[in-house]
Parts: sequence; structure tokens; C-alpha cells
Amino acid sequence: MGFREALDSGKFLVTAEVGPVKGTETDVLLEDAELLKGKVDAVNVTDLQSSVMRLGSMAVCHLLVDHGIDPVFQVTCRDRNRLALQSDLLSAWVLGIRNVLSLTGDHPTLGDHPDAMPVFDLDSVSLLRAISRLNEGFDMAGNQLKGAPDFFPGAVVNPGADNEAALEMQIVKMEKKIEAGAKFFQTQGIFDLDLFEKFMKRVEGLKTTVLGGIILLKSAGMARFMNKNVAGVFVPEPLIKEMEETKDKVKTSVKIAAELVKGMKGLCQGVHIMAIGWEKRVPMVLEEAGLKEKDILRVNNAQSFDCWRRGCRDSYRVSPQEKRISYCWHS
Amino acid sequence: MVVAEIKPFKEIKDTLKHYKKVLIVGCGACVTVCLSGGRKQVELLASALKTSRKVEGDEIMVGEMLIPRQCEPKFVDMIKGEAGKYEVILSMGCGAGVQEIAERIENIPVLPALNTTFIGMADEKGQYLEVCAACGDCILSKTGGICPVARCAKSLINGPCGGSRGGMCEVSKDNPCVWQLIYDRLVKLNMLHLLKGISQPKTRSVHPRRMVREDLTSKK
Repeated sequence: MGFREALDSGKFLVTAEVGPVKGTETDVLLEDAELLKGKVDAVNVTDLQSSVMRLGSMAVCHLLVDHGIDPVFQVTCRDRNRLALQSDLLSAWVLGIRNVLSLTGDHPTLGDHPDAMPVFDLDSVSLLRAISRLNEGFDMAGNQLKGAPDFFPGAVVNPGADNEAALEMQIVKMEKKIEAGAKFFQTQGIFDLDLFEKFMKRVEGLKTTVLGGIILLKSAGMARFMNKNVAGVFVPEPLIKEMEETKDKVKTSVKIAAELVKGMKGLCQGVHIMAIGWEKRVPMVLEEAGLKEKDILRVNNAQSFDCWRRGCRDSYRVSPQEKRISYCWHS
Repeated sequence: MVVAEIKPFKEIKDTLKHYKKVLIVGCGACVTVCLSGGRKQVELLASALKTSRKVEGDEIMVGEMLIPRQCEPKFVDMIKGEAGKYEVILSMGCGAGVQEIAERIENIPVLPALNTTFIGMADEKGQYLEVCAACGDCILSKTGGICPVARCAKSLINGPCGGSRGGMCEVSKDNPCVWQLIYDRLVKLNMLHLLKGISQPKTRSVHPRRMVREDLTSKK
């Protein structure tokens, strides 16, 4: 059972996120992932986040698959033209990666190689369209594929856009993303549930799945930094104060995140927790928010089996105890 | 217009260090408008060169000319006779001007005095902004006459990236988010519906590009 099946089941979704390191060190990352196993429905792997050169998303996603975790392969348009993007998607599929998140990507000038050539041959919308096309068995040029993937594509939206025009355009773009094939949305980090509720009301008619973004606050300084530098993130002053005055930063951070998770339960279809280095604390957040493990599909020790339906190339994932002749989620 | 800026004086001087007779040629078109290669700039550069070489005891003969457009053969031909008296031509035109002169005057080297920067317009006095990327596939009809290809740091054609703060671009912080400008303009025009619908990725042109006008090239 993977993310797609969890989404179809209608349960409250939980995804988390890991960021590969600069280098080949994967032990810590896999340790963190191991702690998330069975507690979340999928784990996103960022694609050179903040335009900083590091280990790639595809390789780490593949490692997660090997560890029985369903990854969400984040793909940005910053570094690859349409040839490389499509090829990487096909490569990801044969490595067992099933979910893709389409993003425009940060500009290289914001990262550690500011002189790198920005590509942006496609954008997040046309990349979704390319994914849909690959799923249909064709590349962007209309050539037929020998063996097609069946990705579950998603996208992002920023409900915290700081003025009416910017927010309106986020929603217009969200509609385009749905038209281009996005099946779910993960949002930028949210701290103000009232604003988020207003946003969800506005996109209600789009009938799509939204996972509200939750960022673990590590300190008051981090909150202030984000307010100043990260578009769409606004941490209200009372929360900053709470972080400032607390004696136990972890406890307070977990409490704040858990409150947000609880608050989102009635507003959207799931949460996407960005722990930014505090991945080990994600299970504490889920526990405090009252998301019991029984609510979450067990993917522990899951293995992949081919679907028995004729002509279907999909696979399904069940734990060894449940092993039986079965069909993929299509059936 | 084509916007260009004058190269640092030291760089210009260095490229001329082996020459004693220089003809500076200005251009009466775009670079006159953006105040980088017109009559006034030719005069200033000529006098700066003469003074600086004189101080060093290495005097130089500097000629000054201005033609209406350096990118047009018939105007370049106007300087052919005069150019024969010099060892080198220093063009104060854009890259097209420099190359047009080089094409027409084969036996004298042509050096650029300007860095050609972009196709733009003046938005404030003394400030120029890139507004056209010459992409060869104009979509201004869909964007309220404001170009996201040239004016968005990521050339996004399906809407903004979501990184703007207070309506300003997150990458190029002194510039407004072009999608904010497009939105504001479409509101004024009551044409917000233009934002809907997916724009296809652009077809990329292969350099060098060539435009052929069949009506002008075909034999009568």
C-alpha cells in the first residue's frame, strides 16, 4: 500500500520530507526515514532544495523504495531541459518511484552555485503535462514509448501569497496544474489557520486533494528568518514569543506543529510535515496530534508484487503477512 | 531600443594601446537614445582618450564621426573614405553596428566601445529595463502587453512561481514580479480571463536566426 492507495482510501494523509545532504552520506537520512516508516503515507525527497548542490532526489527516492517507504520524487525545472526531465522520469519509474511532485524550482542565484545556468525550459505546469503524456505512453514530441510509466503526479501551491493578486494567480495556476494532471497538492508552510481556512474555501470547487504544509519551528530566530526571507511563510508573533520563552524548544515546537495538524484535520485532506533536519521529531508531532498508527496504513516491511491483471504494469505493495494474489489500485 | 553601456575606460584604452590613429564612430539610433553612443559620448570619449595618452607622452590622433544607423550598409559606406586615414575604428554602436562596419570595411579592424545589454526601455531617467527577449514567438496579446519571458527571472509563461514578496521579485529584488504587473494591467483592462488556459512551452530557435522576406527576395 502506497501513497496513491492511501489517497484513494480517503484517510487523512500524512507526508513528511527529507533533504539529501551535500555529499554521499546517507546513513542519517535513512535512519530518519526508518523512524517515519509506517507512520507516514509518503516521504518527499527534495530536489537540490534552495538551489544548493547536493545528492540527487532520484537516488535517495530509490533508497527509500528499497527500505519499504513510498517516496515522492520532487522534480524542479531549474536544472534540466525537457529531454533530461523526461528521461529522468522514465529512469525514476524503472527504479520503483511512483509519485512525482512538479515544481518550478528556486533560481540558481539563491543557492551556492549562483553562476549556474538556469534552465526553466519547462515550468511546473508543462512538466505536469509531460508526466501525464508519459503516463499515456508518449513523450512530449508525440513519439510512442516502449513501456510507459504510471506516475501519480502532484504539485505545490502557496496559500500564503501576501497580496490578493498573488493569491489569485496561485489559484489560477493551481487550476492549470489540475488541468495538466496534478492529483494532489502540498502547500507552503502554514501557521495561520484562519487564513488557510479562507484559502481552502476558495479552492473548494476544484475538488482536489490538499495536504497543508507544516514546518517545525526550531527557534524564534528561525521563525523571524522565515518571515523575512521565505515567500508565503508568516509565523504570527505569539508563536515566535512562545518559542522565545520556552525552556524546552523541542517540546514547544512539537506542540505548535501538533496544534496545526489538529486544526487542519477539518480543513483539508492531509498534512505535509517539513521538519528541516528535525525528522526524528515527526513521530512525536503525529502522536501529540492524536494521529494513531491504526489510522495510518502500515507499510512496514512492505514488499512489491506485480499486479495480476492482464496487461497491467503496475505493482502493489503489501506486508508479507498480507501477501496474496492481488491487484493494483486500478482494479 | 537596443540598450548598451559604455565599457570601462581602462578596457577601451587597453584595446587601443598599439594604435596611434583611431576613428570613433557613433550611432544616431538606439545608443543615442540611451545616451551611450551618440554625438556627445563620441566627443567625450575622444577627448578622454587624447588627454590620457597625452599625459603618458604617447599622443594619439582621434577622429570623430556619427552616422544615422550603424546597422545599415548605406550609412556605413559613408565612413569608408574617412576610415582609410585611420589604423582602427572604435565603434560606439551596438553589437550589430560593430559587425556591420566590420562587414563593409574589410581592411581596418573594428573594436567595440560598448557592451550591448538588452532590448529595453527607459523606465526612469537614467534607468533602463529589459522588456523584450526577442524570443521569436510573441505572447504579449495574452499577457496584457507585458512580457514574462523577458521580465520574469525564470521566464515563466503560466503564472508566477509563488516567490514574490510585497509584489517584488524574489530573485531580482529591485524589480516588481512581472506577473503582478500583468495581473494589475489585466484587471484594468477587465481581461482577467486571459490568465486561464495553459501556455505551451516555447519553441526554441537555433542561433543564428535568419528572417527571410519572400516578397523582397523573390525575383520579379
